[in-house]
Amino acid sequence: MTVLPASRPVAAPRRATAPWFVRLAFGWVALVLLVALTADLIAPHPYTAMSLANRLVPPFQNLAHPLGTDELGRDVLSRLVVSVRISLLIAFGATVISAVIGTVLGFLAAHFRGWVEQAVLTLADFQAAMPFLILALSVLAFFGNALWLLVGLMGLYGWERYARVARGLAISATAQGYAAAVAQLGATPSRVYLRHILPNIASTLIVSMTLVFPEVILVESGLSFLGLGVQPPMTSLGNMVGYGRDYITRAPWIMLSPALVIVFTTLAVSVVGDWLRDRLDPTLG
Amino acid sequence: MTAPALDLRAVARAYGGGRTLFGARPVVRAVDGVTLALPQGRTLGIVGESGSGKSTLGRLALGLETPDAGHVTAFGAPMPAPGTPAWRALRRRMQMVFQDPLGALDRRIPVADQVAEPLAIHGIGAPAERRARALDALAAVGLSAAQGGRYPHELSGGQRQRVVIARALITDPDVLVCDEPVSALDVSIQAQVVNLLIDLKAARGLAMVFISHDLRVVRQIADRVAVMYLGRIVEEGAAEAVLRDPRHPYTRALVSAAPAPGRHRRERVILSGEPPNPAARPAGCAFHPRCPVAVARCRSEAPALEPAPDGHATACHRVTPAAERAA
Repeated sequence: MTVLPASRPVAAPRRATAPWFVRLAFGWVALVLLVALTADLIAPHPYTAMSLANRLVPPFQNLAHPLGTDELGRDVLSRLVVSVRISLLIAFGATVISAVIGTVLGFLAAHFRGWVEQAVLTLADFQAAMPFLILALSVLAFFGNALWLLVGLMGLYGWERYARVARGLAISATAQGYAAAVAQLGATPSRVYLRHILPNIASTLIVSMTLVFPEVILVESGLSFLGLGVQPPMTSLGNMVGYGRDYITRAPWIMLSPALVIVFTTLAVSVVGDWLRDRLDPTLG
Repeated sequence: MTAPALDLRAVARAYGGGRTLFGARPVVRAVDGVTLALPQGRTLGIVGESGSGKSTLGRLALGLETPDAGHVTAFGAPMPAPGTPAWRALRRRMQMVFQDPLGALDRRIPVADQVAEPLAIHGIGAPAERRARALDALAAVGLSAAQGGRYPHELSGGQRQRVVIARALITDPDVLVCDEPVSALDVSIQAQVVNLLIDLKAARGLAMVFISHDLRVVRQIADRVAVMYLGRIVEEGAAEAVLRDPRHPYTRALVSAAPAPGRHRRERVILSGEPPNPAARPAGCAFHPRCPVAVARCRSEAPALEPAPDGHATACHRVTPAAERAA
């Protein structure tokens, strides 16, 4: 008699622990957040302190400057720590602002239809058609660049994607599905949108956020590179890359360390977002 | 005499119309001058093929849509406009069961919480009490508390439809509109759900509008039946009478097409011609292009719904009222 292989469990229990790379990504995001929060405490030097005697020290050569120094003898590690704080502030702030604006406008369009919807869609098309850098350049050129203005401006980046996604999903939910059923039970629109539609489309919105987040960091880098983003002596990751470019052949570490932080942070956010999306969906095992 | 639970007077609802980039959009008259009354505690079956306006009529009856013409009266008062506080408050007394239970449930919320939701919406009871009442409502449709903790996708189709029914009944409504509640279910489950509805109807004195294209199911559950064709009622009467002795040629074709176990096969009425297109309603009697007994008058003059003395009403020029037949 042949022995049948042990039957596989029919429904695998929901995974209790995340895969190793997701944990690594969580660890990286946590580390970056910790660095951003405690930047003042852990930076070994003031980020503007110059030491002309120690210009362009390579990394791992001088214990006082473990990641080396830049062309003015400023400590790269200290500047990196402060840059992480500024860049995260801009990227998180802008991502949250654009997600809120976009989702609210999308819901308004879906709920009221008619001219409200037309106005929102026209604005979204306008935003999508207009190169964001040009908008940013003109705003920053006219209004100067305070940090809050930069955050607010970057908050306009990508809102049209949330608006379209939120509008489309809300309309389809209202037209035939659970949202119509709940509205038919007598629920107020705020209940329908906040308790039912928002949790159902949150996974899509979270994925959009993890896509927009790296782009915001990159746009901020681009603006800083053009001299319109974060202004010296303040520093950000993009700002460091932009100014480090001049020394890329002689002192690549000035540019490489912030560039690596950008790459790892955006990657980690994407991995975490992807995992969260699956995790938040009860229909996926 | 108490006011009927629902009273529809010459209601009409059209979709489309207006102009697009490519010319005028055709106007689809989904419901065209329908008058119906649903007495409290009775069940009205509405039958007809796809596109006959059954579902639109159900939505009009519930007040989910406003008729273009005519009036809907609920419990003796005019139906409030959709979305108003009065309309929302009225939802407590009028509920709906949908064709697709998976679509009607929020897949991210355990079903017991969804069943309790109407109580929360209408501010009935404390949270703990709502939970207890939700479990009672689930028990009344034959679902256990453990099943109440599951998500909709973890239940079978019949169980989901029971959840939808439990949610519709938790506020103790007086009117339940069932829009094709069993057509998405397996035949064996259909019987369970229909029996459940019959039991609940008897136990609670519900007035029910039961929309279906399945004559067997309608015969089982309905007291009266209205047959719709292209937005109009062509025949209306007691369920047994209409289904045993159909008078309108369309109803005859429908009834002859339904399989009946244990009965010798009667002659089938096979309809010729195109299925009806609601956007291009034929002149005169809308059924005349497919009607086996149409005469010239049918092409020009639309028949009115004429009640016979026995309360069985038919809209057909070729149907002689019972009184004339006897003579």
